[in-house]
Amino acid sequence: MTDNSSKKTNSNNDDFKVKVGLAEMLKGGAIMDVTNAEQAKIAEDAGACAVMALERIPSDIRRDGGVARMSDPDMIQQIKDTVSIPVMAKCRIGHFAEAQIIQALEVDFIDESEVLTPADDVNHIYKHDYKVPFVCGATNLGEALRRIGEGAAMIRTKGEAGSGNIIEAVRHMRALQSEMARLTTLGQEQLMAVAKDMGAPYDLVCYVAEHGELPVPNFSAGGIATPADAALVRQLGAQAVFVGSGIFKSDDPAARAVAIVKATTHFDDPAVLLEVSRGLQPGMKGLEMSEIPEEERLAGRGW
Amino acid sequence: MSKTVGVLALQGAYQKHVESLEKLGVACRLIRKAGELENCAALILPGGESTTISLLLQENGLYQPIKFFAQNHPVMGVCAGMIMMASEVDDKRVTPLALLPFKAQRNFYGRQVHSFTDDIKLTFDSKPFNAPFIRAPGIKNPSAEIKVLATHKEETVMIGCGKHVALSFHPELTDDTRIHEYWLSRSNNF
Repeated sequence: MTDNSSKKTNSNNDDFKVKVGLAEMLKGGAIMDVTNAEQAKIAEDAGACAVMALERIPSDIRRDGGVARMSDPDMIQQIKDTVSIPVMAKCRIGHFAEAQIIQALEVDFIDESEVLTPADDVNHIYKHDYKVPFVCGATNLGEALRRIGEGAAMIRTKGEAGSGNIIEAVRHMRALQSEMARLTTLGQEQLMAVAKDMGAPYDLVCYVAEHGELPVPNFSAGGIATPADAALVRQLGAQAVFVGSGIFKSDDPAARAVAIVKATTHFDDPAVLLEVSRGLQPGMKGLEMSEIPEEERLAGRGW
Repeated sequence: MSKTVGVLALQGAYQKHVESLEKLGVACRLIRKAGELENCAALILPGGESTTISLLLQENGLYQPIKFFAQNHPVMGVCAGMIMMASEVDDKRVTPLALLPFKAQRNFYGRQVHSFTDDIKLTFDSKPFNAPFIRAPGIKNPSAEIKVLATHKEETVMIGCGKHVALSFHPELTDDTRIHEYWLSRSNNF
């Protein structure tokens, strides 16, 4: 099986339903980046609904530079053996051989991620070919619909991974929400022009115009560092959150992890948010966007 | 129907149950605190991650109130919610509510690559139900008073006892509302 074999239509509908089904089960939860079994255990004990296994969290990838690739399968295996919740792993954009390896490892979700160095500057992976569901990042509606067209079963904002700064995730979530709201106000005759302008599949543009939401769950990632950040993106429409560097780059990972899980559940209850925000040690330091040169911004990877 | 059905909304696929109930014209309410159970006539424990839901039940002070509520009100547990209804779970990370006497086996069908959709046989309807199983748990050692309500191949996938119903698959991910309807009509008889 390769991505270049004869052209296929979309995967069987039942297969896609089962893939989106797991994304549905993760809603209302927090998915945490972990780099070893010990962190995975902390995340699970704190109530994470899934973990993302990776060798270096985004802020360290950013600091170290070099080419960031798929993680060591043995390290992913150790994490799988330690926790009972779903385990996700990242492959490079367009690197379908890494995706095949991660699928053979029976990981529960694959993140085709801009956090790693892209392998293909033109094509993303044809994700309908896989039994394991994929999550992909998006900065706007057109990008989200292109990824869903390729078979992504979940969309997340890209944000700016490893920055500890929520501004980009907010920008991407607001762009997505306002573009979806706009589509619901248009006439049927306007939708083909929208599909052309967005570079998005026409049938998916029509779906959004009719329903006002994506056909797959819509989560947020990139820059979430505090319980308040989690509540903010949830109130802006994210159905769950990914927390990367924010937990294990803080001074109190276990307590912060629990607080973020609770804030994700009680995202619209300020009394609970106040309670869980108290008593935490300082969060990760974070970066101003102006400190990150344009060419080092991860959100610009993929299209 | 004028009664309100509570849907536990700590984590998981709770919104999909709300959509299923709305299709049936049933009013519902999301439950995140014990006080919100008041005036609910029944409760759905949705799918999601059972370790997360178990922890949040304790942290939010919902564990005892739900046990108390279930003494007099119907409860339907789906997947992770089914695990929470069991009297025993094969994993110490989960503290079940013990609403039905059976043992739940987590991830009985394996990881996500082994998730599937297939027709199951219902005892209460002659037409099969096309059921999605997502990292589904197994139903083991049900005690004598438990009735089997659905099977897939040799496996029991839905059980009922008194007011309560528990199932390992996800009717809320389909357009078929027969499982919700069955539970609601059954609960009217108690």
